[in-house]
Amino acid sequence: MSELIFNRSRPGRRAGGLAPDSEESAADLPASCLRKSPPLLPEVSELDVVRHYTRLSQKNFSIDTHFYPLGSCTMKYNPRAANRLAMLEGFLSGHPLAPVRFKQGFLECVFELQEILQSVTGMSTVVLSPMAGAQGEFAGIAMMRRYHRSRGDAGRTEILVPDAAHGTNPASAIMGGFKVREIPTDREGDVDLGALKAAVGPATAGIMLTNPSTLGVFERRITDIATLVHGAGGLLYYDGANLNAILGRVRPGDMRFDILHLNLHKTFSTPHGGGGPGAAALGVSARLEPFLPIPFVGRDPTGGLRWIGEAERPDSIGRLSAFMGNAGVLLRAYAYTRLLGREGLRRVSAFAALNANYLARRLEAAGFELAFPRRRASHECIVTLRREAREYGVTAMDFAKRLLDHGMHAPTTYFPMLIPECLLIEPTETESRDTLDAFVEAMVQIRNEAVTDPGRVRAAPWTTPVRRLDDVRAAREPDLAWRPPGRELAPGA
Amino acid sequence: MPFIPHTPPETEAMLGTLGLSSLEALFDEIPAALQIESLPESVPEGVGELALGRIMRERARRDDPPLCFLGAGAYEHFIPAAVWDIVTRGEFYSAYTPYQAEASQGTLQLIYEFQSMMVELTGLEVSNASLYDGASALAEACLMACRLAGWDTDSPVVLLPEAVHPAYRAVVRTVLAPQSIPIETVPFDRRTGLLDARWLEPRLAALKAGVLVLPQPNFFGLIESVTEWTEAAQARGLRVVGLVNPTALALLEPPGRWGSRGADIACGEGQPLGAPLSSGGPYLGFMTTRFDCVRQMPGRIVGRTVDADGRPGYTLTLQAREQHIRRARATSNICTNQGLLVTAATLYLSLLGPTGLRHVAAASHARTRELVEALTGLPGVRRLFDGTPFFHECALTADQPAPYLLEALADQGILGGYDLGGFDLPQGSGWLVCATEMRTAPEIARYRETLERVLKAGRGHSHRSAPVIS
Repeated sequence: MSELIFNRSRPGRRAGGLAPDSEESAADLPASCLRKSPPLLPEVSELDVVRHYTRLSQKNFSIDTHFYPLGSCTMKYNPRAANRLAMLEGFLSGHPLAPVRFKQGFLECVFELQEILQSVTGMSTVVLSPMAGAQGEFAGIAMMRRYHRSRGDAGRTEILVPDAAHGTNPASAIMGGFKVREIPTDREGDVDLGALKAAVGPATAGIMLTNPSTLGVFERRITDIATLVHGAGGLLYYDGANLNAILGRVRPGDMRFDILHLNLHKTFSTPHGGGGPGAAALGVSARLEPFLPIPFVGRDPTGGLRWIGEAERPDSIGRLSAFMGNAGVLLRAYAYTRLLGREGLRRVSAFAALNANYLARRLEAAGFELAFPRRRASHECIVTLRREAREYGVTAMDFAKRLLDHGMHAPTTYFPMLIPECLLIEPTETESRDTLDAFVEAMVQIRNEAVTDPGRVRAAPWTTPVRRLDDVRAAREPDLAWRPPGRELAPGA
Repeated sequence: MPFIPHTPPETEAMLGTLGLSSLEALFDEIPAALQIESLPESVPEGVGELALGRIMRERARRDDPPLCFLGAGAYEHFIPAAVWDIVTRGEFYSAYTPYQAEASQGTLQLIYEFQSMMVELTGLEVSNASLYDGASALAEACLMACRLAGWDTDSPVVLLPEAVHPAYRAVVRTVLAPQSIPIETVPFDRRTGLLDARWLEPRLAALKAGVLVLPQPNFFGLIESVTEWTEAAQARGLRVVGLVNPTALALLEPPGRWGSRGADIACGEGQPLGAPLSSGGPYLGFMTTRFDCVRQMPGRIVGRTVDADGRPGYTLTLQAREQHIRRARATSNICTNQGLLVTAATLYLSLLGPTGLRHVAAASHARTRELVEALTGLPGVRRLFDGTPFFHECALTADQPAPYLLEALADQGILGGYDLGGFDLPQGSGWLVCATEMRTAPEIARYRETLERVLKAGRGHSHRSAPVIS
């Protein structure tokens, strides 16, 4: 059943009526620049294509079909209305370079979203050009660099990053031309303030923080951290991956962050799409405004909306995309914020926290070990299965794979790296108590099975389209593209 | 409560399990001074789906687009209905990154098929699972080429032609600036519109390492001598990045066959493959390379392997390049790919096949040729780079300023093209036109007639504002 679309190909078969029927001449192009043999794309009928990809889709777990408690990813329901409204013909057919008079409807949505997110984050300005969280991070770090240099402060070469941070944080800092200094976490999941004090100094450009952190707890001494880093001349960067936990209650601007990104595909429920597109909002305090990436949407005194570009922002870090970021994703985020509104956005964090804490408490009551049992969970919680691994030889990965047989997507495994055998579980506010209870029940059953039949758990999953895959072989003998028989490529040749 | 399923008794019971009396108590670890009681009134009240539909439909209607002869990096091609019908199936739309391979075989196999198609189109050996867009793909390709060239020791320069999309050049500058990688602009020959050999030949001769970006077609739609330049650059030890249009690759020699070795990296904008114009995104950047370069490639890659029963299956692989494993030592900070757009591109290429894609490319070329013939038949209108072959875009100039003409055309509901005002042109001004397979003969005739009237009305006019045309 894992037949490739290429295997369905028959010479001369076509999905008719989708492209011009006849071949027009391109004889005026110089022969030397022409392709000598056609690309081996599949030759299939329209039904072949529809059936093949419909069947492929059925091999996926997704929010629409399964509970998907993937920690740090905020896999909440993606409202269908947001998709429908973002795909209205007038929005889809707008050329990015069309004069703004033809795009006032689109710009109105984007401008309102900028304003709503300013209010939600407490930042001075929010723009929407980054195409994903990591690009927002890069832009934020590039702005830090510009800010310090604009003050003649070129000696700030280090970005501080807690050891629990997302991998994108250190990678973005490096892309931004900085060195990374890791800050350890204390036993209760807060940043080790002593270590931070020792690290902060004249070389500090800034610190990147996720709050609540990836450990599923709120950083309680955030005010002290802000005072410490600002006092040393550094800036605070807020990684908004976990904003869902505090939406409408605590604003990064009020925590005195200077720069932030929000992942619109997390908190604002735009689709994850099997890995993207993402989209990010980038917010700054007033002192960083001159450096914002372009373009963003501004309003003229006459009320008209238009792009703010390089001419008005000579100190901008520049462009991040060819046009205006992932515009269609912004429309979906706009629809979501309007559907929820002021009260609904605040309710998100209440029920996200309720679900996470309820799940944590029930798992603990069922005998699972929480990584931070004395802490209030944020919108996610961490279970460590080190005891199960030690006593039954069944690891977090085995639990994760066995959950698939229970019809539930696995939580995030082995992240954050400092918690052994961990599952990072984020139920989100859109799941019901029944679903959470079923998850606890599945975890208990798997643990029982780990006692009675550990081999069954270690070899899971059993019911998915494929069983455990040979990752070592995938990396050692990379097969990265289909090739027609007789034209195989030799890796490393 | 939109999208929250809890009934009041359930909420009560769950709080009871936690020993809490209110939802507010869930936030008791957060310093009270940091908490707000509600969002400011600048955040509007929630509205129902019906009401929001009215608001957004009205706005979308207002944006009803004019007749489009504008390309410049975003192209209006026909998209078969099956493409987005399948893309928006919940199983693709609401899935995430396929880290749990067994639960994501649909997405993984699809990406493997996408990679295979991009390998075929570009004539190279390995593709990643996509990057954000064409511009960011070019920036990542430049960084990758620098790593391949061994920038730690040699600090190579990136030779970036002026005849690359201005926004792409801007993104490359944004991304390369923090790492202090020098960029030199390769000028274009003002007569032919192609890379200026009088500048580039001596410059290559003086270099021992570096990166040359070769656009095909270039921003003016013109066909460059990519084979000769690839040979010349690689002979000097430079790495070659081919920046290509995927539709054009149905007709043009793929980067993997440029010169005797082929380009080292190919990249570009995948939007023409089934993504709507959509005000600029989401689109998808693509990138392919040779096997021997794969460990420096950024982004996700899917590989085919076997499962515990020996059946074929797909999984993310070579992840030691990526940020979630390598953190500060990763090839890039990129985490996502443009999954849904990869799905669209794969469906589009499957539906069109090799013949359909070639027909689209040839028809776009033919429509642009007809458009250029029609417009250059008007007095004072001529090609900027006469005699140089083009694909589906062409630069024109007239005896009146391009911004004025484009504005007047827009008044008549025609997007006449891209104003080349950002380029230093000996003719003073010019604009870039594009006609894909979507444009019809009557539409081309309408452009010609409208431009003719605009030109007439503009004679003797100061050109400070658009004329009134009856």
